[in-house]
This record gives sequence, C-alpha cells and structure tokens, in this order.
Amino acid sequence: MNKVYDNKAWLLILPMLALVAFSAIIPLMTVVNYSVQDVFDANTRFFTGTEWFVQMLNDPALQSALLRQFAFSLTVLCIEVPLGIGIALLMPKKGWQASAVLILVTLPLLIPWNVVGSIWQIFTRGDIGLMGWGLRELGYEYNITRSAVDAWGTIIIMDVWHWTPLIALLCYSGLRSIPEAYYQAARIDRASRWAVFRFIQLPKLTNVLVIGVLLRFMHSFMIYAEPFVLTGGGPGSSTTFLSQSLTTMAIGQQDLGPSAAFSLIYFLIILLVSWVFYTAIMNMQKDKEGGA
Amino acid sequence: MEWMVWTLPTTVFFSVIAAMLAGMTVWEVVQPTVERKGFLPISTTRGDRLFIGLLSAAYLHLMVVGFTPLSIWWALAGSVLWLLVLIRWG
Repeated sequence: MNKVYDNKAWLLILPMLALVAFSAIIPLMTVVNYSVQDVFDANTRFFTGTEWFVQMLNDPALQSALLRQFAFSLTVLCIEVPLGIGIALLMPKKGWQASAVLILVTLPLLIPWNVVGSIWQIFTRGDIGLMGWGLRELGYEYNITRSAVDAWGTIIIMDVWHWTPLIALLCYSGLRSIPEAYYQAARIDRASRWAVFRFIQLPKLTNVLVIGVLLRFMHSFMIYAEPFVLTGGGPGSSTTFLSQSLTTMAIGQQDLGPSAAFSLIYFLIILLVSWVFYTAIMNMQKDKEGGA
Repeated sequence: MEWMVWTLPTTVFFSVIAAMLAGMTVWEVVQPTVERKGFLPISTTRGDRLFIGLLSAAYLHLMVVGFTPLSIWWALAGSVLWLLVLIRWG
C-alpha cells in the first residue's frame, strides 16, 4: 500500500508553537542565561561560568533533598497505582450507584493543593484534629512537628488521599472501554477472576496507567504546597522536598544564579525519568504487538 | 533582548541547538529517517538519537563539572564524539 505523506498539517501547530515559545521556551532560555551569571540588577552582572552548577551539585542539603524526593515519589507511586486499580475494579459499573461513587471518589481531586494542606494540618492537630486527637487517645504520641516518621507518614497518606482518585478514574475509564466479548470469552474458558484481571484487564489498562504513572511521578516530584502548608518542610529538614529548597533559595534568598542552575538540574532529572519511563512502556507495547 | 541577560556562551549554545534542529529538518526532507535498531537497546529514529545524545550530553557535562576536576571542554569534546557515534551507529 502506498501511503502519501502530507506534512502540511504541521503548519497548523504554528500558533501553538508561538504560544509555547512565550510560555516555556523563552523563560527556560532566560533560566539558562541566569545560571551562568551572578545577576544583581539590569546593569550589574558577572559571568560565573559553571560555578553555580559545581556548588549546587555538591551541596549536601540539596543532595539529601533529592534522595528524599525520589523516596517520596516512589512510595506514593507504589501505593497509589495498585490502590487506584483496586478501587477502579470495585466501582459499580452502571446505574445511579456508578455516578454517585464516581463523584465521591473524584471529590479530593477538586480541592486545591493549599486547601488540602490546610485540611490535613487541622485534621492532624493534637488538640482539635480528629486524626491527631484520636491517635493520641489511642495512646500513640502523634506529633508531626516533632517526629519525622509521623510527618512523613502523614504527607504520604495526604498525597494518597488526594491523588489516588486520579489513577482510579483513569483505570475506571480504561476498564469501561473493554468490550463485553472479552469477558464472555473468559467465562467460556472458565477463567478465574485473577486470570481475567491478569490477561484481559491489566493489558487493556496499560495505556491509561502509563499516563497515570507519568502524571503522578511528575506531580509528586514537583510537590510543593501540600507539605509546605502541612509541615513547612520540618521537623528539621526531614520533609523538605526539592521544590521547597528551590523556593527558599530563589524567593527567600534571591540567589537567582544558583537557583537557576538548580532548576536546570531539577528539570533534567524530570525529563530523563519521564523519557525513560515513556520509552520503556511504549517499547513493551510494541514488542507485544510484534509478538502477537 | 537585554532583559534576557544574554552571554556569549549561552548565545552560542542556543544558536547551535537551533542550527541542529534546522539541520535535522533539512536532512529529513532530503532523506527521510528510517526507524532502525543500532547498539541502543531500543529502535530509534534519527531525531530520537539526537534527543538521547543531547540529554546524555547534559548529564555528562554535569558529572564532569560537578564531580571531577576536569575542564568542561573535555565534556564538550566527549559529548560531540558521543553524539556522532550515536547518530551513526545508535
């Protein structure tokens, strides 16, 4: 079959390209410019070369923030993805129950980050918060401002509460798109519930899960407002994630050069992980199609 | 463009990137890329290999600058060599 390639349609994305140039490309170029200079004001600036990069890469506080960030992102992914799939499998398929459950499940997604932080801040207070007070009454000395374990646990539960619905929602829509014939065939084969999940539902969910995991990774890697409101990065620096370190540096101390260098490193990490992940999943699919 | 606080190195950097993209476009028009499998574990198009090359060049520069006493020019030389190898055999 002879395919005729007509690339004229690419011209249609030109307006979008112009928009992206102003919203992303030019600002990013400015960041690159700042990262090699020490800028005081419009007229006073010094070229520093790679100095900021050397400083940022060897900063122990940033290195530990990076490790914490990875630990956090991996933890929430490991909890949210299986949990989201589980919830999606349990959700009713039709009738008014389906709509009702859908709304209930999606509710946390509608709450802004800062508000989520405030809700949990109050929820976990020892004197008036239901969770904080309840845990204390049960005999556990729960205090997110003193114990790093408590702070970590709470931030993870908060993120799971806020974002598992996204995975559940994506999986739910993925599950709905599986034709009934697949299930009928499975029943004829007397396939077990597990076999149906493993060989019908999970493969059909791959696409939505790729999107879900990518979104969740990027979101959680850039998390800022929720832990900032909840713990302020403490106790000590035990819940200070990358974006908060960056904000402290860029806004608090006005160190534009170092924070530009740091932003670029941050950006490169997100770019690499997202690309590796996307490529890996896409190739898995290609192999499967090639083999079948 | 003064507000963007350009310096000579960053100007050269972005000009080279822009030239690369323009060059790749011309190359694509003259001779469209074919997806193939080289020494990389995945099959790639020419543009994929350029992206991989640039991304790994960024990391190479960071590693060399941050954790070795070597000059950044070694990183640049290594990256150019790596990019050429990648485009040809990757």
